[in-house]
Amino acid sequence: MSDKFRVSRRQLLKSTAAGVTMLASGGIEPLSALAAGTLTVGFIYVGSKDDYGYNQSHAEAAATFKKMPGVKVVEEENVPETNAVVETMESMINIDSASLIFPTSFGYFDPFMLATAKKYPKVEFRHCGGLWTKADPANTGSYFGYIGMGQYLNGIVAGHMTKSKKLGFIAAKPIPQVLLNINSFLLGARSVDPSITVKTIFTGDWNLPVKEAEAANALADQGIDALTMHVDSPKVIIQTAAGRGLYVCGYHVDQAALAPTKYLTGANWNWAKPYHDFIEEKLGKKPLGQFVRGGIPEGFVKMSPLGAMVTPPARKQFDATLADIMKGGFAIIRGPMKDNKGNIVVPAGKIYPETAIELEKMNYLLDGVIGSTS
Amino acid sequence: MSGPAAIGLWGVPLALIGGAIRVSTPYIFVGLGETITERSGRINLGQEGTLVFGAMIGYGVAIMTGSPWLGVAAACACGAVFGLFHGWICSFPKVNDIAIGIAMMQLGVGLAIFFGKPFIEPAAPHLPAISLGWWSAVPQIKAALDVNSLFILGLALALFLNWAFRNTKYGLMLRVVGDSAEAARAMGLNPNRVRLYATAIGGGLAGIGGAYLSLYYPGSWNEGISSGQGLMAVALVIFARWNPLGCFFAALLFGGAGALGTALQSVGVTQGYYLFYAAPYVLTLIIMTATSSRSDSLVGAPGELSITK
Amino acid sequence: MSNASPDTLTNATAVLVARRPDALASLARHAEAFVIPGAALLAGLGVFSAFLVVLGKSPSAFFLAVYLGGFGSAFSLDNSLTHASPLLLTALCVALPARLGLVIIGGEGALVLGGLAAASIALPLHGMPYFVVLPAMAAAGALVGGFWIGIVGALRTFRGVNETISSLLMAYIGIALMNQLVEGPLRDPASLNKPSTYPIGDAYRLGNIPGMQVHWGLAVGILACIACWALMERTTWGFAARVAGGNVRAAQVQGLPVGKLILAFTFIAGACAGLAGMIEVAAVQGDANASLASGYGYTGILVAFLARQNPLAIIPVAFLLGAIDASGSLLQRHLGLPDATVQVLQGILFITILFSDTLYGHIKWLNPDLWVRARP
Repeated sequence: MSDKFRVSRRQLLKSTAAGVTMLASGGIEPLSALAAGTLTVGFIYVGSKDDYGYNQSHAEAAATFKKMPGVKVVEEENVPETNAVVETMESMINIDSASLIFPTSFGYFDPFMLATAKKYPKVEFRHCGGLWTKADPANTGSYFGYIGMGQYLNGIVAGHMTKSKKLGFIAAKPIPQVLLNINSFLLGARSVDPSITVKTIFTGDWNLPVKEAEAANALADQGIDALTMHVDSPKVIIQTAAGRGLYVCGYHVDQAALAPTKYLTGANWNWAKPYHDFIEEKLGKKPLGQFVRGGIPEGFVKMSPLGAMVTPPARKQFDATLADIMKGGFAIIRGPMKDNKGNIVVPAGKIYPETAIELEKMNYLLDGVIGSTS
Repeated sequence: MSGPAAIGLWGVPLALIGGAIRVSTPYIFVGLGETITERSGRINLGQEGTLVFGAMIGYGVAIMTGSPWLGVAAACACGAVFGLFHGWICSFPKVNDIAIGIAMMQLGVGLAIFFGKPFIEPAAPHLPAISLGWWSAVPQIKAALDVNSLFILGLALALFLNWAFRNTKYGLMLRVVGDSAEAARAMGLNPNRVRLYATAIGGGLAGIGGAYLSLYYPGSWNEGISSGQGLMAVALVIFARWNPLGCFFAALLFGGAGALGTALQSVGVTQGYYLFYAAPYVLTLIIMTATSSRSDSLVGAPGELSITK
Repeated sequence: MSNASPDTLTNATAVLVARRPDALASLARHAEAFVIPGAALLAGLGVFSAFLVVLGKSPSAFFLAVYLGGFGSAFSLDNSLTHASPLLLTALCVALPARLGLVIIGGEGALVLGGLAAASIALPLHGMPYFVVLPAMAAAGALVGGFWIGIVGALRTFRGVNETISSLLMAYIGIALMNQLVEGPLRDPASLNKPSTYPIGDAYRLGNIPGMQVHWGLAVGILACIACWALMERTTWGFAARVAGGNVRAAQVQGLPVGKLILAFTFIAGACAGLAGMIEVAAVQGDANASLASGYGYTGILVAFLARQNPLAIIPVAFLLGAIDASGSLLQRHLGLPDATVQVLQGILFITILFSDTLYGHIKWLNPDLWVRARP
């Protein structure tokens, strides 16, 4: 009974779609993607496309495909991590005939993207940041960048520039991606001077301008003289910290223009690279990558150019480390390592290169970080 | 020169004072504006939308003209238009001011985000700070006492309103209209007109509060610029029992308590930060519960106000 | 309805008029409730079209998008209904206390804590049958939500604390509590980049209504609206509440237990929002996490006011909001408009609809008196 009903519903959908195509001969172009041979790619963002941060880094990459022949880009911003994202994906599939979808926020992965993928086996889903495994549906996958290396390089520059030997890190939530960034920043700085500490403040959410500014002020009051961050829109932190005379290392996108005399460098995404690969594979009817990762060598992550105030020793170590990273397989997490509660978290002799899957499950802050994971 | 010395645990009280000064200004302006509106017998929950729109337009105008003060003026003017609109619609019989306020909140925030996209990335000139910490050699104290002129204006406005409500013709008109429309009509006043102006002034002040957010602290326009400050300020008016000075101190208290979560983490108290972030709300609730009582809950409440009827 | 010819309608009216002399007047009175908001809706769409024209966008493209995204197909209808279902319950959280004259705007807090409670109770009950676990989750969600808003009622009753501000404060506190627990003691260590509680398990998920892509929460919401309507309109308690809402002093003189009424109604209101949280966990998220706080509680306030605090009217209003929300997707993708367009549209529509309240009794041909007088 219900099966029969479903068929009739699908027919209904089809007939409506046809009717609408006729109706829409004028002003807009819905369903033009139905034209044979066009690949419709859907991008879904959790925040605003113009946040000058995480979502913008994706949207800018998506925009590079808008002129690509044979490709049509559809986008939706501010889609919450609820049923809404399922509806958005289904709407992209049913109404725009999207056959490749990139949900770019972590919370979209489970259960929303996985469930939708089961329902639409012919559509490919690639998720940003998800810990995809072979048990997940065959038409799904995930991609992410090893931006921890960028934070390591940030740490090197900040480590050279700090006089107080105290650095700061303003973060949203204590999740593995963030913890890895904080630890990498610390290790970069400690490669310069092992006495350096990193004070961490969690704001509790991804976009809270007033709290982020308060955090920057609180860190400045504690004598911190260089900081970086992991929030969705770093602009407020960069401006507030620079206003208090602190050096800043950026994140997500290059924000040097906001504080030309204080912006040391920054770890920036280059999502155009993985998107380009996926779209080429899809157009060429090749199988799409399912667990795609890349760092600085692969072009997934880039560094902002060093600021003019960065000292020669800092430049030298930055360039040398960058050259090492470019060789691939660079490892900063090397045992023995203790967390900031005194537990051994990486046993002696254990080395995790940037590609190690264990790093994507990080749940500790290393000794030298002042902050708590809960 | 070496970097500034750490001030350790002194950072917490300092952050509370600095936070109170930095964070309170939007609450002060929205709160004072809403006090005027509510004293006339109307409530405008749309202040949140006005605040966000003011933040956007103030920032945009400052970028386009290069003058942050023109930005403040534009935000004030737009806020007044929002207020006029609310006041005008609510002057029709049977129109619910609370509901219209919620709809205006939606519209104001929506319009701000809609038109604000081009202003997210560029940096606008900031409002200048007045350094009241010149007497101190400690950079942290200097920084905490960097006061924006809008804050001082807010204090002056609170004092002025406190006086004007009692001692001027307009203050009396406002209160009469707010307490009883009947009595006001008997005195030859037009309650709707008084409320229209009161809501417009309230909106204008909320617009200034928004401009402070984007042009001074945190000093940037983005879509999450307000985490409900406008709504909370309306609540603080009830908390302050429609008293302008009470409103000022409530805003200071709320702003200061809001700095607790980050200040504690900066001195190493790192666990349970969500709970510390909730401190302003918990504190407000506790004070309200302690100072209210069954019988005098409505002391100071304008008799015509729908929310306390 | 739409296929009824004018003749049938006239005949029906004639029959009604013949049966009861003032039926025409009553028809006019009821027609008001449809004609006025309908006209306001059209006026709002007109204003929004003007807004689009000013921006150089085509209104017809917009209407097409709303039609396509909100109503145009079974798929879009399902979308609209899915968007509507949590709003039914969160709107009740506002509408019930409103009958007592209380303005509660903190349903969001009850929703997130209700969801958290539901997810927490599912864990120890693992392995028990479906029909035990699901009701237990619902009960936990409703109890915790009811308790949370009940506090607001108690503060009002015993300390005279203004319920609007205390409910807003309680919402912020509730969300902070949820975040602290989800990232701290209740966190599933395997929930890596999205801190969450342990999943309730696929066996205990609330499924879809057969033949639809909409979960059972919709049915629960509609039933709750009907039940609350019955409570308000058909029981002594509901009557007492309306009396108390109209005039507290009169109610006290009558000996009505105003305090108890406030406690009971705030509890039921919070229970509705808590239940919405439980449904969000059981049908949508599969665990409790920060996404529970996605604004359903606040949108519910608007739904309740648009429905003029009438539990039955909440159903169509929530559907209208759901449809607008659902079509927001297409406004972004097909018209290249930013997401905030939906907010602007909603703001305009709500203002025109709320404004239309002033027209009741002012439109001549809908005035019952006119028809009564016109009677031969």
